[in-house]
Amino acid sequence: MKLFEYRGKELFDKYGIMVPNGKLVNDENDFSDLKFPFVLKAQVPVGGRGKAGGIKSVENKKDAKEKLAQILGMDIKGFTVGKVLAEEKVGIKKELYMSIMLDRSKKTPLLMISGSGGMDIESVSDDQIFKAWINPFIGIQPFHIRGTISKLKLDKEEGKQVAKVLSKLYKMFREYDCELVEINPLIISSNGNVIALDSKVVINDDALYRHPDIIAENVELTPLEKEAKEKGIAFIQLDGNIGVIANGAGLTMATLDALTHYDGNAGVFLDLGGTDDPEKVMQAFELMKKAKPSVIFLNLFGGITKCDTVAKGVKAVITKEGIDCPVITRIKGMNEDAAKEILKDAGLITAATLQDAAKKSCELAGGA
Amino acid sequence: MAIFVDNNSKVVVQGATGHQGVFHIGEMKSFGTKVVAGVTPGKAGQEVHKVPVFNDVSDAVDATGANTSLILVPARFAKDAVFEALDAGIKTVVVITENIPFHDSMEFVHYAKYNDAVLIGPNCPGIASPGKSKIGILPGSIFKEGNVGVASRSGTLTYEIVNSLKEKGLGQSTCVGLGGDPIIGTTFIDALDAFEKDKETKAVVLVGEIGGTAEEESAEHIIEYISKPVFAFIAGRTAPPGKRMGHAGAIIARGKGTAASKIEAFKKADVKLAKFPTDIADLVEQHS
Repeated sequence: MKLFEYRGKELFDKYGIMVPNGKLVNDENDFSDLKFPFVLKAQVPVGGRGKAGGIKSVENKKDAKEKLAQILGMDIKGFTVGKVLAEEKVGIKKELYMSIMLDRSKKTPLLMISGSGGMDIESVSDDQIFKAWINPFIGIQPFHIRGTISKLKLDKEEGKQVAKVLSKLYKMFREYDCELVEINPLIISSNGNVIALDSKVVINDDALYRHPDIIAENVELTPLEKEAKEKGIAFIQLDGNIGVIANGAGLTMATLDALTHYDGNAGVFLDLGGTDDPEKVMQAFELMKKAKPSVIFLNLFGGITKCDTVAKGVKAVITKEGIDCPVITRIKGMNEDAAKEILKDAGLITAATLQDAAKKSCELAGGA
Repeated sequence: MAIFVDNNSKVVVQGATGHQGVFHIGEMKSFGTKVVAGVTPGKAGQEVHKVPVFNDVSDAVDATGANTSLILVPARFAKDAVFEALDAGIKTVVVITENIPFHDSMEFVHYAKYNDAVLIGPNCPGIASPGKSKIGILPGSIFKEGNVGVASRSGTLTYEIVNSLKEKGLGQSTCVGLGGDPIIGTTFIDALDAFEKDKETKAVVLVGEIGGTAEEESAEHIIEYISKPVFAFIAGRTAPPGKRMGHAGAIIARGKGTAASKIEAFKKADVKLAKFPTDIADLVEQHS
């Protein structure tokens, strides 16, 4: 789960990493304990908000009031701004970059530091990024710091302060089950303090149960995706008009790919997982109906899951609630013949192969 | 021969008395797996399909000589269960459990390495060497003994592919589900090395998906070290960046992990790629 900037900074503060003086503001009454000039920052779970006009400097109360009204409710890449962080300005001497993430290949935390802070790290040349992989059993050690921070052109005191921030950030990364913590920029202020001007923190969803202080806002999900998450269904909304229901993430992805092959576009990715529970199947279809696809493509492979049990669940939903779009089905595996009979009986179209089913779905959706 | 599991695998199931444990102990036994023990704290003395249950793994190992563990415990107890198995001397650990915190997986993956143990998963369907042993939740009915090695990041998609191999008369030496998480123990490279050494395996099928760079790394490894023919399918060619596609590990992040990059890497390594999952069997048939 991606945290809003201000929530990330609350965690930084908890670990003793300095952040600018600031607070969330809703209206002019909230400005009273802030020193002008300050900055208003839209809280959205996507990058590029500066370019979209979501970050503005303000000089006085009138200016702040006007600009706050512009930012609140603004749309940034599909997200409506509901929260604005006001932060006092800090004089900047140097801008650095610091992050720790999980490296999938080495299976360890990867630390990255650069003297080129404030810009997109992907645009910084590789020889300007200093990396260290930290074995989780030894944790962060002085040699990691020598291998990274010492390569930056910092004076002795600055280096010491940045090293302290790094140790604190690593502690937070491990204790809060982070997938990513990024400070960009981490600045050295004109009076020598090391301050995190921004925060990007992603916490592993599967570990949220042990962090009751982190409120699951799921800000990056659509309303239907949120509903699905609460029901424990893997459901993703996409740009197209074909709703895909399959069992298993890999098979669902492969089904999406098959549609693209025939110039169709999936609008929903719904992975039933290993379930054949009629209640779950019913919930899945209800969610799918709410997404209003032009066609539903049901692709099942039965292994341990029996196709006919799933088919019974599907038939029950359709008989009970009706369905106002065509449903193409492709069924393979355990008890497939019985399943096909049940689905035909429910008035659904059954196709012999994945290719046939994908082609048919695309035709009916107006793609191919 | 086969890789990682065979007739010598003596299995202890951790989480034996739960719904999954009871069901899959039965399934594994009918496949021919030597399930010698179950473990559930506080349930010593019970039996599941005539398999004795113990309170802890070291008791089970002492009494039965178990050398392989299947982990079916809930996510929040998984790390402890893996550590317990490794400390009891288990050398092959198969972790089925889904939704294990990544930091937990990171720790037990490193601890397994430190103990020279093979760790498969987490978030995987397990491993099967047809005619010998099946350790996990894969459906027994799709397999056939033979010479194709399969390694996959996926579950149902793997069953689909294995089933289509069987329909063409192509049996499997071993089919290993590596898991859909970003941090996993056994990787494509580990499986490729094992298949390369395995006399029974004549061809290898890799089932990859978006997220991470495991496919790209294995492609480089294939060029350098693998002489047997390799076939592949990559799922998620049309997945948008930044979305987790069902598996925790299936996400294009910071421009990395696209299907295009994986397909490109495999082409360079002369790996034959299938457009549809069921085409893999045709490709293997044509080239063998």
